Amino acid sequence: MYVSPVREPLIKGGKNYSKVTEDITRPILTKPGKLWFFGITISSIAAVIGLIAMFITVRDGIGRWGVNRTIGWGWGITNLVWWIGIGHAGTFISAILLLFRQKWRTSINRSAEAMTIFAVMCAGVFPLLHMGRLPLAYFIFPYPNTRGLWVNFNSPLLWDVFAISTYFLVSLLFWYTGLIPDIATMRDKIKNKFIKPIYSFLSFGWKGSARHWSRHESMSLILAGLAAPLVLSVHSIVSMDFATSVIPGWHTTIFPPYFVSGAIFSGFAMVLTLMIVARKAMNIEQYITVGHIESMNKIIIATGSIVGIAYITELFMAWYSGNIYERFAFYNRAFGPYWWAYWIMMTCNVITPQLFWFRKLRRNVVFTFVVSIFINIGMWFERFVIIVTSLHRDFLPSSWSMYKPTLIEVAIFTGTLGIFFTLFFLFIRIFPVVAMAEVKGILKTSGEKTKH
Amino acid sequence: MNTPYISAWFDDDEKLLSGLKVFKEKGIKIADVLTPFPVHGIDKVLGYRRSWIARVGFIGGVLGAASALVFQAWVFTKSYPLNIGGKPFFALPSFIPVTFELTVLFAAFAMVFAFLIRSKLGPGAKTEIYDERITDDRFVVLVDINENHSEENIKKISAQMAEAGAMDIKIKLTENK
Repeated sequence: MYVSPVREPLIKGGKNYSKVTEDITRPILTKPGKLWFFGITISSIAAVIGLIAMFITVRDGIGRWGVNRTIGWGWGITNLVWWIGIGHAGTFISAILLLFRQKWRTSINRSAEAMTIFAVMCAGVFPLLHMGRLPLAYFIFPYPNTRGLWVNFNSPLLWDVFAISTYFLVSLLFWYTGLIPDIATMRDKIKNKFIKPIYSFLSFGWKGSARHWSRHESMSLILAGLAAPLVLSVHSIVSMDFATSVIPGWHTTIFPPYFVSGAIFSGFAMVLTLMIVARKAMNIEQYITVGHIESMNKIIIATGSIVGIAYITELFMAWYSGNIYERFAFYNRAFGPYWWAYWIMMTCNVITPQLFWFRKLRRNVVFTFVVSIFINIGMWFERFVIIVTSLHRDFLPSSWSMYKPTLIEVAIFTGTLGIFFTLFFLFIRIFPVVAMAEVKGILKTSGEKTKH
Repeated sequence: MNTPYISAWFDDDEKLLSGLKVFKEKGIKIADVLTPFPVHGIDKVLGYRRSWIARVGFIGGVLGAASALVFQAWVFTKSYPLNIGGKPFFALPSFIPVTFELTVLFAAFAMVFAFLIRSKLGPGAKTEIYDERITDDRFVVLVDINENHSEENIKKISAQMAEAGAMDIKIKLTENK
């Protein structure tokens, strides 16, 4: 008789409930190590550089950027799309995998959701700065004004305003309501009389009543049900910023699914980058196991392959459509002045993830880390290629131009990376990085001790 | 007035569930069960009805959808009809994205607020901590003895609870408020 192999345990080391609490709260209760101080110093320096560059942009105007009349979007929108995409993995893990009852999500959902929130914050910086006049940013919202004018509800750019703000708020609610029971654990664990009241305030008076848990569980499930289509809608709408225009290379119906899978692809890469470092630095390798990394790598192959097919479909359609502008746009991408960006994108996004078909490589932590960095770079270049190569040579050869970012743009991007990592470093010191209550809930069925 | 209650704990969720079943059979009135994580099946044992937070979410969603749709339609047909490339003023397909986003937003906020208000939770809400290890690994049961706190009744209940596997059975008084 065929006996299926026993699934490997999700939580290793034969933990019991109090051991879980102890392991997860330890990094918060003890003094941070050198690595943490080193990390937060570097990232906050980067954040400060970025803030200075943002200040210069607001003071002097958008002229400090390398964008021009032909290439109006440049790095700013490239970074916006990249950051939003990264955020998508968090929601995917916490919402879609919850609906599919994937138990392995419980070890990583907390930090992935935090990553989502920080990434969306970084993303928001770019359109705000790109408006040029920051004090007038409230113009993007429909509000009664003396001109009697409203915003254009037919424009994807306006849909984006609603999509991204909704996405941010709903992610925040989802993350925080999930955190409440774990903050209560911190409240009960911490002895320091100055810090305890803070956690007590933040714990919302949670006492773990069965009735509260019952409500909490139904709420989480429905929030997940809402967040799942939300995350799909956000990047679909981002893609429509491009797809509803008439620029060759943008004007395609493939964009929404192509962008969504690309977003989840890049997001998982970022989760892996963060988690591989965090599990080591925080000693939680028994919670985020090689099995978890392998599961994430499987999603990377799936979404990476969709992205690869999308690239090839684009190329095929450019040729098959017979549209000379479309054909030129793609020829220009691959062999024009920005050929290097195109081939970086192709190598990093199409070729490297395919290596994960090998189980050995999928379960190799160092290799996964390197590939995750490649994918982060590749997905950044994807947005750069889509935006810059499509814009720089459009219908009128007389307006063809080249684009190069200025130091200010580079500094702002570095700054958002700095802000992102600073927030993440603070997060792992303040809040439990693994959802303790959820891990305890799966311990009996998926922990090592009870394996038959 | 300070009312007495009995508190006891289990060290395992399965023991808790079987213990609670025994309590129910013996007719012990359970005031509350406090657990470190949601124990599945507990609602059934305690006879809780399904939370209707889902319905609150649905109402929120309907409100969000309706207000978004009506508002956009009003803006583009009544308040300031704007000719955009000769397209119809009432362009339903392009109103859908904003409608969808607001549906989700309203539903999510409605549910979270319903959850917090109904459970009396909120920033800085005061709570009585029955045991500091509830949020760690203890499953505490609070038994209501308000109606009959004669000594023999308490003794009887305590004995039954101990038999069902409960540990550290104590009589406590609710904090005076």
